[in-house]
Amino acid sequence: MSRNFKFRIWRGDAKGGDFKETQVEVNEGEVVLDVIHRVQATQMSDLAVRWNCKAGKCGSCSMEINGKPRLACMTRMSTFEEGETVTVTPLRAFPVIRDLVTDVSFNYKKAMEVPAFEPPADLKPGEYRMEQVDVERSQEFRKCIECFLCQDTCHVIRDHEENKESFAGPRFFIRMAELDMHPLDQIKNRKEMAQEQHGLGMCNITKCCTEVCPEHIKITDNAIIPMKERVVDVKYDPIRWLGSKIRKREGI
Amino acid sequence: MATGVFSDGRASIQEKTLRTDKWWLQPAVTFGVLLAFVIYSTFRAFEKQYYWAEPLISPFYSPCLSTACVEGASHFGQPIGNIVIGGFLLSPAFFILIVPLGFRLTCYYYRKAYYRSFWMSPPACAVAEPHKKYTGETRAPLILQNGHRWFFYLGLILNVILTYDAIIAFKNPEGEWGHMSVGTLVLTLNATLLWLYSLSCHTCRHTIGGRLKHFSAHPYRYKAWTWVSKLNSRHPMYAWISLIGVAFTDFYVRLVASGTIENYYFF
Repeated sequence: MSRNFKFRIWRGDAKGGDFKETQVEVNEGEVVLDVIHRVQATQMSDLAVRWNCKAGKCGSCSMEINGKPRLACMTRMSTFEEGETVTVTPLRAFPVIRDLVTDVSFNYKKAMEVPAFEPPADLKPGEYRMEQVDVERSQEFRKCIECFLCQDTCHVIRDHEENKESFAGPRFFIRMAELDMHPLDQIKNRKEMAQEQHGLGMCNITKCCTEVCPEHIKITDNAIIPMKERVVDVKYDPIRWLGSKIRKREGI
Repeated sequence: MATGVFSDGRASIQEKTLRTDKWWLQPAVTFGVLLAFVIYSTFRAFEKQYYWAEPLISPFYSPCLSTACVEGASHFGQPIGNIVIGGFLLSPAFFILIVPLGFRLTCYYYRKAYYRSFWMSPPACAVAEPHKKYTGETRAPLILQNGHRWFFYLGLILNVILTYDAIIAFKNPEGEWGHMSVGTLVLTLNATLLWLYSLSCHTCRHTIGGRLKHFSAHPYRYKAWTWVSKLNSRHPMYAWISLIGVAFTDFYVRLVASGTIENYYFF
């Protein structure tokens, strides 16, 4: 059974743009990306939209649907009431390239600033041995599909462009947590780096990153807050700091 | 100069948010409940009476450590004496409330709650905040949020004292053991909720095992971490019900101490 919906799609580029309204037929079982493709095929042949897997695993079709950062391929049309207007815009934290496509290169720049995993010098690839309990915390963070919805919704950069220089964002805090929790990683000062170079202290844990994550990674509870607590261990807890110096128990 | 979602280069959209749901409802309710608690607890802290009805003591006044405390309420002596500032005798509640106040103010859950509802930073996800500048918790006073663990440790001591108060509530007004009243239930429930709130805390989760890199080398701490992690997933719920619980406990003790109602004894 098909239904009709009014879509408001933002169209334009960095110089300017506006909403274009259109009526579109929606069939049962369709998602927002299907509808955008129908609009593209029948009414706006030059509509720019980034997409790839249509299965919520590539993170390409990130956009804002009725003001919420979502994956278009995972937003079912059945979640909207008939007669409701569906407003679709590009991600509002990043520069727009055209229509629904934004320039997310900020994230790639930040990714390069996080030092990679450093294994023990005496272990060759293939010789790593770890128990499951030691790696499962990090494995949650490996589910990240880099859709950058968490980065888009984070008010630290969404509402303050000037903070982009000093703030890496939630996607990279889970990367730092993943590595800092890794039993074999040899870089000992990731906590200090997170706080001093990547702006962990700017996060005020309002949990929007967790709310929008399509992979349901508990970004705040399992990565950001544990990292903040680890920072407290080394920077704001003199007793812990003294204990670590006396007993030399870093990386227990 | 335009900033935030109106910055140069971003999609030129007039609206601060395009959300169509009731995004304002949750911060509004949070604001109302927290404000009501602040007003009630401030009133009670200044009231300086109706906090002790043997064997019940209000959690706002326990332990009662100053010489201003009413007779019988000081289970742990009166080491503080009286402190007068500008001719105003400080309420015994002031010496105690600083701990739960600090613990809840620096709590990771409450930070989310009041940053959203009071400071609107942001009011809701993908809703533009009204502030022109933002430095987060990198400088004073918000850098003090990093002191959460110290309030956690002090809060544990307070929990032990409130548990002691709940045990004392198994006495009757004549001081004989083996009795139970509505007040006993109220104080016991209050202590239980406060323990659940404290033990589900993110700092507790970190301290018990979260700081480890090698869970396999510390199997008991790992097990404890998994238990605390389960509690931690319900931390917001414990935060709210323990907050309401502590206010209700004080209110009940006030009603009994002021003679408005009688503390009904089951046996």
